[in-house]
Amino acid sequence: MLNRKDLLGIKELSVAEINLILDTAAAFKDVLGRDIKKVPTLRGKTAVNLFFEPSTRTRTSFELAAKRLSTDVINFSVPTSSVVKGETLIDTALTVQALGADFIIIRHSSSGVPHLLAKKLRASVINAGDGTNEHPTQALLDAFTIREKKEKIEGLTIAIVGDIAHSRVAKSNIYCLTRLDARVRLIGPSTLIPDEIKGMGIDVFHNMEDGLKNVDVLMMLRIQMERQGKGFFPSTEEYSKNWGLTLERLSLAKDDAIVMHPGPMNRGIEISSEIADGPKSVILEQVTNGIAVRMAVMYLLAGVKK
Amino acid sequence: MRILIKNGHIIDPSQGIDSIGDILIEDGKIKEVRSQKTNPPMPPFTKGGHGGITNSELQTIDATGLYIFPGLIDMHVHLREPGFEYKETIKTGTMAAVKGGFTTVCCMPNTYPVNDNASVTEFIIRKAAQEGHCFVLPIGAITKGQKGEELAEIGTMINEGCVAFSDDGQPVMNSLIMRRALEYSKTFDVPIISHCEDLTLSEGGVMNEGLLSITLGLMGIPAEAETIMVYRDISLAELTSGRLHIAHVSTEGSVNLIRDAKKRGINITAETCPHYFSITEEAVKDYNTNAKVNPPLRTVHDIEAIKQGLSDGTIDAISTDHAPHHVDEKLREFDMAPFGISGLETALSLSLRLVEEDLLTMKQLVEKMAVNPAKILGIKKGTLKVDADADVIIFDVNKEFKVEAEKFASRGKNTPFDGWVLKGMPVMTICKGKVYEL
Repeated sequence: MLNRKDLLGIKELSVAEINLILDTAAAFKDVLGRDIKKVPTLRGKTAVNLFFEPSTRTRTSFELAAKRLSTDVINFSVPTSSVVKGETLIDTALTVQALGADFIIIRHSSSGVPHLLAKKLRASVINAGDGTNEHPTQALLDAFTIREKKEKIEGLTIAIVGDIAHSRVAKSNIYCLTRLDARVRLIGPSTLIPDEIKGMGIDVFHNMEDGLKNVDVLMMLRIQMERQGKGFFPSTEEYSKNWGLTLERLSLAKDDAIVMHPGPMNRGIEISSEIADGPKSVILEQVTNGIAVRMAVMYLLAGVKK
Repeated sequence: MRILIKNGHIIDPSQGIDSIGDILIEDGKIKEVRSQKTNPPMPPFTKGGHGGITNSELQTIDATGLYIFPGLIDMHVHLREPGFEYKETIKTGTMAAVKGGFTTVCCMPNTYPVNDNASVTEFIIRKAAQEGHCFVLPIGAITKGQKGEELAEIGTMINEGCVAFSDDGQPVMNSLIMRRALEYSKTFDVPIISHCEDLTLSEGGVMNEGLLSITLGLMGIPAEAETIMVYRDISLAELTSGRLHIAHVSTEGSVNLIRDAKKRGINITAETCPHYFSITEEAVKDYNTNAKVNPPLRTVHDIEAIKQGLSDGTIDAISTDHAPHHVDEKLREFDMAPFGISGLETALSLSLRLVEEDLLTMKQLVEKMAVNPAKILGIKKGTLKVDADADVIIFDVNKEFKVEAEKFASRGKNTPFDGWVLKGMPVMTICKGKVYEL
């Protein structure tokens, strides 16, 4: 069991805790492969998806994970909530807790919101992405996928390509993978990879060809269209020319390299369709693994309560 | 009413006094100061005999082992009235001031309505006269509505009592308007106080930019957002010979620019705040909104530079930038919480640490917190000279206390120093003819 009430970020997790989650997820993945994909483990518990930002895949993944554990799930999303009537964040969360939530799964555009709620709530708070801070379950499912494909993480060279500065996925992955002794490279334009980030114990490449040489794993990040026009890069065309993943560039990586993407993808911009649909892509497996990892997180957090 | 403060260590740089002595106050004015420095050397005030004073009408305060300072002057506070009385009022803010050893505070114009015209100034002056525990000197807006577009009626506001002008919180981005403000204010010999922030660089930022802002996922404000504007305003001060005062210096770069400008003889002054030399950006870790302030808390390098700047005279004054907020406003998403620290009740103790670190002498501390602000503002305060207002504090350097935000007199409980144990506390503040035992 995890000796904590909440999962706020990878930053706070020890190597042992990360491995425990990954091992537990492996057991749950077996369940998902069965004909009857459901266990009674957390029957009677209630999880609330409290999403202040639009999301389909993460919310659905948490919803399915809860259902597979026999936990009741309620989706509470902003447009239908009283938040639009001016209710404060904490009042909304306390209300959800008063409705009987054991797990509050939160996504919010402001970094630190899960941390604030964790202090105010008895319920377990699970961070489903906060601002540009962290997206811990994404990093865990990525690590799970890498471990499944490569049988280890230690010693692998893993490149994360794209908008690192604004990516909570990148941040959580950097914490997770460096902690598990992978060598992490960040690739992208210098506007999206601030110099200070070298303090996180990674290597930075601005040239895609240099950065991709001999990597075991490529993680492509979604390029956010709204960055264009803010001076981060002149156009998506120029971005794509310099940092888009093409078959030619992919050939610089190791022969058995795998390609990952947290989704949703911009085909033809950060990743070409041949690669997204090709043999090295594990993108859809990431999605499946997400359910197992989220089941593991809920199961392990439930253990410390009461 | 007569008050005799006996046997305290008087520090009054305005008269060069730094010795044991007595002070006699009569009808709210300093009547007599006797110290080993004065001539003739002090004979004791004798009981009932001196100057016709009898025991019955004389309140005697024994200040043995304590310091006596001129009342402190905070040239940068937000009293929030009119318009934001739920955050602070003139009454509660001035009580906080008195508790902190301040007898004069200058309130920034970002109220609602903005203090950009004589009727708002008049309101503040009148309210402060009725309810204020200490003197309140308003700072008027440089531009109408603090919009940075058109000059406000500076001359008219001076007639009502404004002592300086600032668009604090809303930097004047338009260099031409800033130039005109520095030129026009020369007519009246009042300082323009500049909140130096390049809004295009700081846009969206909520803390200092660096590795920590990246790891917290919070948008950073680079130090250069401040230094660029400090440089611009120094250039404009050089161009216009206007009186520029730079508010809340937070970066090493600003300190260097100001030092250099002073060396070149440019007529500028500067202030910093206790939080900029006491804590770093680390205080926002764990998304502590009580450490969210603008300019943001910086790094150890900046702290060192600011301390050096205070020590060598580059930075003239310590102000608080007292920015009280309601607890509900701070108890929310870090991005959305307002900037500001409630500073009046911790400033003196935090600043005393500079004396303990041998960066300032006690005399210099009094200069930074009373004498120099008075000089910059051109007011007859910050002194214990005969006939001056009896703004006096008695200060116990050894008294330790625990900061308890809940017990602040200020309505703003937003302090990153909650729970800190600090040394040095005013034990008595005398102001507007009243004695506050603290």
